[in-house]
Amino acid sequence: MSIKKYIIITLASVFILSTNLKAETECFEKVSRGIFKFNQSFDKVILRPIAAGYKKLPKSIQNGTGNFTSNIATLLTVPNHILQGQWSLAGQSSASFLINSSVGVLGFANPAKKLGLKNQQEDVGQTLGAYGFNGGCYFVMPILGPTTIRDSLGMIADTFVDPFSHITLREHEIFSVSGSNIDYFSVQGATAIDFRADNMSNLDNLEKNTLDMYSAIKSLYLQSREKKIGNTFSSEDDDEWSQFNK
Amino acid sequence: MRRLIKSLVCLIFILINSNSFSYNSDPKIFIEELVGDAIKTLSDKSISKDDKAKKIEAIALANIDINAISMYTLGGVRKTLEQDTLQEYKELFKKYFLKSLTSRLTDYSDNKFEVISADQKSETTTIVVSRIVESSSQPELKIEWRIYTKDPAKPLIRDLKVEGLSIARTQKEEFASILNSNNNDINVLFSKLKEFINK
Repeated sequence: MSIKKYIIITLASVFILSTNLKAETECFEKVSRGIFKFNQSFDKVILRPIAAGYKKLPKSIQNGTGNFTSNIATLLTVPNHILQGQWSLAGQSSASFLINSSVGVLGFANPAKKLGLKNQQEDVGQTLGAYGFNGGCYFVMPILGPTTIRDSLGMIADTFVDPFSHITLREHEIFSVSGSNIDYFSVQGATAIDFRADNMSNLDNLEKNTLDMYSAIKSLYLQSREKKIGNTFSSEDDDEWSQFNK
Repeated sequence: MRRLIKSLVCLIFILINSNSFSYNSDPKIFIEELVGDAIKTLSDKSISKDDKAKKIEAIALANIDINAISMYTLGGVRKTLEQDTLQEYKELFKKYFLKSLTSRLTDYSDNKFEVISADQKSETTTIVVSRIVESSSQPELKIEWRIYTKDPAKPLIRDLKVEGLSIARTQKEEFASILNSNNNDINVLFSKLKEFINK
């Protein structure tokens, strides 16, 4: 299937599926809760212990890994900034990638940050959100975790937009650079471990203090996507709070 | 004897005042002072974990609008409840909130905190933006405080947004999910709250 056809089908599917559904609506809650339990077990047995071990590594290795994976993610960020018409941010992300990949030794260091270059991560799900597509209903995917119809389709579209996926997953050569599936999944795995390690105490705390972990994670995921799509730090919810003014 | 009673009254008065945890009424300074006080308490190695929890509870009771948070987190269901049930919910929520708060905070490790700015949204609301400075154990965290300022002399905290994620909204959606899965039966929420309080 050509990329054009795929993009048209993706956009049409997202549009049809998300016009009447808000992201808070569940697609199939019972199934999602089952998958969520499986993911929690996977986390307990595999991901958390690896992340705990990773956290014991010297800080320089942890920082280097985080910088390296986020530098590669910039390759997906740049086209999405362009698709959203964010020219200045696209320029900053491109400059950040070039500086970190060269001066920063393949992205293991982050000199671009010291130069004040912004590098916020963007994906196709966020781009679709910025175009006004609702999330559609919410569900949980095995291993990959929480998502919505829009974001899951966006995740597939990411592999077509992201040059790193072209080089690795599809084994296309770009500027004489080539890779394999293993490279792709190694970077995705390292990203997951780095994220899990960064959020070790936050997730432990949440699990200890929540009444329903499934819905707490759902709320946090949806808030985080809202924030990323709007590129805002705060949201307006004054109306509801004002009901409690005495 | 009279002198002794007088001295005791004076002592009680001083003790009550020193534990009233009242801070500056300017929202920005209020947060600076309150967090400074909490950090001082949490990082004091001479205080036991139980005493730290008690002190944090006292700070929270005096400076957080727990009543408004309890109503906000209950969502639309609050409009359908009888006054007695609502009162029972408020009591349970207060216990749940304090236990959850102290449990989250008593494991606190030393982190540098800075207030960045304050933005008065309306006569009753000011948003204070702060950050926890990046350390070896965690990246920088931006925290936004929603301060209720209807009584300008006594600001109260209503919500915290950590990196843009609202704690009150997360709690509200958690409660809503429990209620939705149980035909909006408030007793199910009550039993879950009691289970948490008693564990």
